[in-house]
Amino acid sequence: MDPIIVYAITIVVEFIKILVIATVLMLAAAMGMPLTERKLVGRFTLRYGPNRVGPFGLLQPIADTFKMFFKEELVPGHVDWWVYVMAPGITLVPILLVFAVIPIAREAVAIPFTERMLGLPLMLTPWIADINVGVLYMAAIGSLATYGIILGGWSSNNKYSLLGGLRTSAQMISYELPLGTALLSVVLITGTMQIRDIVEWQGKFGGLAWLIFLQPVAFLIFFISSLAEAGRSPFDLPETENELIGGFVTEYGGMKFALFFGAEYLHVILLSTITTALFLGGWNFPILGQFAILQPFIFIAKVVAMIFMVIWVRTAVPRLRFDKLMAFSWKFMLPLGLLNLMVTALVAAILFF
Amino acid sequence: MIIQAIFIVMTLCTLGGAVGVVSSRNLFHSALYLILSFFGVAGYYVLLSAGFLAVIQLMVYIGAIAILILFAIMFSRESAMNSAKESQANRQRWLGLPVAMGLFISLIAVIIPVNWPIQQTAPTTDMVRDLGVAFLTSYLIPFEVVSVLLSVALIGAVMLAREENPPVKETK
Repeated sequence: MDPIIVYAITIVVEFIKILVIATVLMLAAAMGMPLTERKLVGRFTLRYGPNRVGPFGLLQPIADTFKMFFKEELVPGHVDWWVYVMAPGITLVPILLVFAVIPIAREAVAIPFTERMLGLPLMLTPWIADINVGVLYMAAIGSLATYGIILGGWSSNNKYSLLGGLRTSAQMISYELPLGTALLSVVLITGTMQIRDIVEWQGKFGGLAWLIFLQPVAFLIFFISSLAEAGRSPFDLPETENELIGGFVTEYGGMKFALFFGAEYLHVILLSTITTALFLGGWNFPILGQFAILQPFIFIAKVVAMIFMVIWVRTAVPRLRFDKLMAFSWKFMLPLGLLNLMVTALVAAILFF
Repeated sequence: MIIQAIFIVMTLCTLGGAVGVVSSRNLFHSALYLILSFFGVAGYYVLLSAGFLAVIQLMVYIGAIAILILFAIMFSRESAMNSAKESQANRQRWLGLPVAMGLFISLIAVIIPVNWPIQQTAPTTDMVRDLGVAFLTSYLIPFEVVSVLLSVALIGAVMLAREENPPVKETK
């Protein structure tokens, strides 16, 4: 077979893979997450949650989606048109891009029958791009999602939206620093920025060298800062209903509103996925992690467990006041993160060199 | 071919963004054009196989500096939402033209005669390690000087932001 044709087929296969992954993620964020969250929050607060549409309320997200689709696309007259329309997309796309560097299994598998047809097997990798600065890429692209909220808040030309946008930018800048110290601690221990190598490293001791056991402080800092980055409760200051009406989403409706909310749910999935890869050992699990076929399922199970944690935190912890939120980051999390980084560096230097 | 197409797109981003920064009459839009320009530069780094620098460019310039610029602009809402009426140039505009042209010509004069060597070996893959080693061996003194400079800037910022007479602590 002509190598150029093989190359073209590889590109097409990769493209289809990206499309499938993006679709699955978007469906999970738009359909799965709202239902899961409403059901769980209902149970946590001794209510039933949605149970009218379909068995156990399973068709509720479809009904909600149709409702959103049929809403009129309204753009208020006083907004800055271009920025206003771009903002929901700018929130969503960076979050989707980060998933590219997450590996969900160790080995690439050959697609069946391609060896006979093409002469050499076409490999299907369980990641999209395994770049050697994966951890930095994650931090950099992930922080771009902030822009959507800032732009949405500013372009709405509404003082509540603007306050929401202002709060977001302050909050994101503050919580990025402890997040960075937690990521650096992980990099110091594993000695690599490639996420696949970090997960591989956690396969020691029979698949139980998870960094949550070795770096519990970094895990907590990372989890809390990620919640703040995602704007999840108890850090959902950008949209506090009781203070700011709806913050940056006040002037948005219809599908644009749905995109903002899809982005928030996608961010929850993203933070659970990153936590799984960096701290919960990814596909590693005693005994079960040996089987290549089980690895993606182990990974997804851990992600689901983390999503459950995030929703649990939402119902268990009340929202912080804004000045307490800033003080918590600058006066507690950042010093703790730096201290953890110093101790980690010392231990790593003694043990590994 | 594809590389060249990407290069052209990145150049359009960088230059178009730069033109937008100075020509836009809305301060907030200028800041957004600046971000577009930063993006183009990050793209150049990717084309040069310097993924690490590209990511750092995203993180420092777009993820931090540009957000702070927007943050500051949002505090001056009246001037940001309404586009400026007066001219954006000042009296020295005709003085600026020859200076800019002179800079452009001298840069071109430096760039054109150089015979840019094409390296036969592939660029280094583990750029982070090489950079780290270089910083702590052959470039140790510049590295330390920059660290001191950054610390001084940090302490200076805290000193400037500190209140002259801290208010009496409110009773609980």
